[in-house]
Amino acid sequence: MRAMSRKIPEEAYQKTLSYRLRQWLDGTRDPFLDTVEMKQQKAFREDQKTVRKRKEEKKKLFEKIYDVENNAELRVFRKLYQTFCVLFCIFLVIMLLIAVSYLPSFGNPQNPVNNEVAERYIEKGLQETGAVNIVTGMILDYRAFDTLGESHVLFIATCTVLILLRKDKKKGDKEEISDRVHEPKNDVILQTAARILVPPIIIFGIYVILGGHLGPGGGFSGGAIIGAGLILYLNAFGFKKTERFFTEKTYKRLSVCALGCYCLAKSYSFYTGANHIESVIPLGTPGAILSSGLILILNICVGVVVAGTMYTFYVMFRKGGY
Amino acid sequence: MAVFEWVRFLIGALLVVCGLLIFTVEMIGVFRFKYVLNRMHAAAMGDTLGIGFCLVGLIIMSGLNFTSLKLFCVIVFLWFASPTSSHLIARLEVTTDEEKEKHYRTVTLKELEAESKEV
Repeated sequence: MRAMSRKIPEEAYQKTLSYRLRQWLDGTRDPFLDTVEMKQQKAFREDQKTVRKRKEEKKKLFEKIYDVENNAELRVFRKLYQTFCVLFCIFLVIMLLIAVSYLPSFGNPQNPVNNEVAERYIEKGLQETGAVNIVTGMILDYRAFDTLGESHVLFIATCTVLILLRKDKKKGDKEEISDRVHEPKNDVILQTAARILVPPIIIFGIYVILGGHLGPGGGFSGGAIIGAGLILYLNAFGFKKTERFFTEKTYKRLSVCALGCYCLAKSYSFYTGANHIESVIPLGTPGAILSSGLILILNICVGVVVAGTMYTFYVMFRKGGY
Repeated sequence: MAVFEWVRFLIGALLVVCGLLIFTVEMIGVFRFKYVLNRMHAAAMGDTLGIGFCLVGLIIMSGLNFTSLKLFCVIVFLWFASPTSSHLIARLEVTTDEEKEKHYRTVTLKELEAESKEV
């Protein structure tokens, strides 16, 4: 078959640069050593003699290490080992308890924790950030740089999982020959439950993200809820249905957009808000959904990144690719 | 009015105690049964009935407000989610079990009737 598609004869082909490049890539020809002989690898086989030897060695090892009844030295060692284990644990517990006893008492107003930083957060947090939830005001305004790092950690973790678990596309469609054969597919009960549960789950996730500056919640928890909803949908209806709206491309675009938006918004606020220069974005009335300036946008960005990351982790571990 | 408050509290507490009792039964079942499906039967009971009793007790204690609505949503969610997940685990167990004969057998209704007549 190959002879049919040849454009030039064999000898002419052997003189071309591409042939030599091919040889060099395959390792059959080295520029210094000239032609290198490649040996075919043999399958591993073991004869009876080495098997017996290996078993004897294993037996000897067992006698040397685990034979407590006949070996007095071992018995003593074991006793000593156990006593020292207990003693070491007690020592550790005492050390830690002593360390704890030096800590300042809980709730004391004179504690070093209750310094001017916490005071300022509590007294001026609402006024400066516009968020009713002080914790959100802290993590997404005063310490937003730290949260940006956290979102990037998530993104890098996904990239690492992609590198480690992603399947080669060259190997063909042999994925059915795995444990996935046993997975329940097209389960009517699961599909019905998912049809009822997935929309409320995703709406609840959006509510948690949007309400992050008004009450408990925020980007991380809401994103996790949305990711769980997506995973449930995937489990119920399979990859074909989810691929219609969520593929690798979607994930890449979404997370890069979200992280870039976060970076831009936060650097803007560093240049304006952090230096007490007037910012264009109004803080709004505290308690309203559209308030507290940038925090809402940052929450949405974090939520998008977290949701995508959850879903991608699941897909990678289950199939090794979208 | 105070009597009404007390009655409400007592009913709520009774329901919570009922739920805790069911949780205890569930725990004993999970540790005593030997086979997965039996264990799952015990575990699923706590996730639906036990938590249902506890949360209904809490709803009665707190009265009709936004919190009790949220608790009701939790009950609805769990009553959907728990049986579905139990069903999936059971299905996986049935499809992957290598020693089916040891653990259970399949019978039709007619065979069951015949057996009961023999006994």
